[in-house]
Amino acid sequence: MSAVGQRPGRATASLRHRLAERGIDPTLLLLVPGLVVAVALFVYPFSYGIGLTVQPTAAMQEQWGGGALANYVAFFRDPFVFDSVWLTMRLALPAALFNVLASVPVAMVLRHRFRGKRLLTSLLVLPITLGTVLTAQGLLIFAGRQGWINRTLLELGLVDEPLKLVNNYLGVMLSLIITGFPFAFLLISSYLSGIDPSLEQAAKTLGAGWWQRFRRIVLPLLAPGLATTFVLTFVLAFSVFPSARLVGDAMGETRVMSLMAFRAFGEQNDYTMASTIALMMGAVELIVVVAVLGLRSLLYRGTTGGKG
Amino acid sequence: MAASTLERPLAARPSTWFVWAGMTAFGVFLLGILVAVVVDSFGRQWFDTWLPDGFTTERYVAAWDRFDLGEVVGVTVGVAVLVVVISVLVGVPAAYALARRDFPGKRAVMLLFLLPVLMPPVTYGIPLATVMYSFGLGRTLTAVVLVNLVPSVPFVILTMTPFIEQINPAIESAARMCGARTRQVFTRILAPLLVPGILAAAILVLVRTVGLFELTFLVSGPGSDTLVVAIYRGMTAAGGGEARQLISAMSVIYTATMLAMLVVALRFVNPTQLVAQVKETRDD
Repeated sequence: MSAVGQRPGRATASLRHRLAERGIDPTLLLLVPGLVVAVALFVYPFSYGIGLTVQPTAAMQEQWGGGALANYVAFFRDPFVFDSVWLTMRLALPAALFNVLASVPVAMVLRHRFRGKRLLTSLLVLPITLGTVLTAQGLLIFAGRQGWINRTLLELGLVDEPLKLVNNYLGVMLSLIITGFPFAFLLISSYLSGIDPSLEQAAKTLGAGWWQRFRRIVLPLLAPGLATTFVLTFVLAFSVFPSARLVGDAMGETRVMSLMAFRAFGEQNDYTMASTIALMMGAVELIVVVAVLGLRSLLYRGTTGGKG
Repeated sequence: MAASTLERPLAARPSTWFVWAGMTAFGVFLLGILVAVVVDSFGRQWFDTWLPDGFTTERYVAAWDRFDLGEVVGVTVGVAVLVVVISVLVGVPAAYALARRDFPGKRAVMLLFLLPVLMPPVTYGIPLATVMYSFGLGRTLTAVVLVNLVPSVPFVILTMTPFIEQINPAIESAARMCGARTRQVFTRILAPLLVPGILAAAILVLVRTVGLFELTFLVSGPGSDTLVVAIYRGMTAAGGGEARQLISAMSVIYTATMLAMLVVALRFVNPTQLVAQVKETRDD
């Protein structure tokens, strides 16, 4: 209180006051519990995990060589493990891309007010309540060999024998779309609602058609949001695990990285290899995220004049 | 009349029809999945026919006994409530500090809270589970609560920070001018203003915790399985898994619980808020 009226930054000010000028005061103590949780449950285990990856089991060292780096050697050399990177990407990238691209027109149309909008939005939130496990169970019954889809197609004479929709790549893809699309849609809608509608009205007044309005007004403003949504949807699809096991072909075409990590952790009890796969998963994801965000800054700068 | 003028341009464009066709396909799949599971859970026998050859509720009784669902549901609710309480108590003060103060290293702190949200759960989950097992906490309730805090605390911080930022700090200053002490500022001024935000964040954490599979699955065991994990274990049990109808019954119980929570949640929050929490933090 005595410091009131002093000029900020004067040498005569007390240390406490000078710290407060820079934003450091007792209020920051409120951060402490949060930081303790983050460090104890995230930073420490994560560093511990990194340490584990360079302490491979004797069996691993013997089989793959490479000394302390045996786990990494195994990761890149063992086709059974390394192929899972490609198998994961083959699922996660198209799923994320589809979810984002399909959300844009739907969100554009649902932007207007109309009757039943709330019902429709609620319907789109529904899959969040289903969770991956029930989605998997439902897909197995609904899209299985004797499910309603195949039954209908057979009755209509569109197919001669049941389509194979589950227990393969397609099944996992369907489940990723059902769980991921609402997520992408809700995010894109929130970004779209942040765009000032008067901008589009102004463009319309100046004679722009709907494609020009979309291409010149909405898309540039939406681009950062699209990139963020893609990243978040990709993260969601990338760590797919229950559905890859339940509606996929767990040892074949949907042998994703998280399955391999769980296998090493739970079935082989090789914690060091499990940590290695888990970390490589994070690394692969990081590469994609950085690439997309880099692309975003390129796109963003190109269309709005260097703000990105 | 106002509605018809709004709807006419919608119906006119072929692109709109395309969107509606896609939405219909999505809706058919969604409802098909849901209805199929519900029908299956009430069915007696269901093989090569349109509908089961009889309906019964005994699957629920059987599933309840077979999987000890009383305990599982108790664990699920208990874990979820504990996680919500702890993450609100830890997260809201941190969000307040982040919203109100600008200090050196703030970006680093924000990044630290953003990382668990952006990283695949498996990446930090496996090292975390290894640590839990090495501390002898494996398969305990404590471990389940602790791992669930990792995404929940940052989630509360990330949702609450923009919420607190939009509360005018002049209100707090005015209260102080009128002689309120720090404690009074918190209880009389901030708490009432924060209640809607806290409620929204709490419900979202509740829904996410009940639905979280990967992290819980890594550290839980008999006696500390939540409902999702129990369903998964039922589906993948050795020897081809349990009877399908039992799993369906369990899934219906799970979805009914989630649906009830979500209906409550939607009374307090906008659906877009369910997932849009990261948007605000991106801009800092």
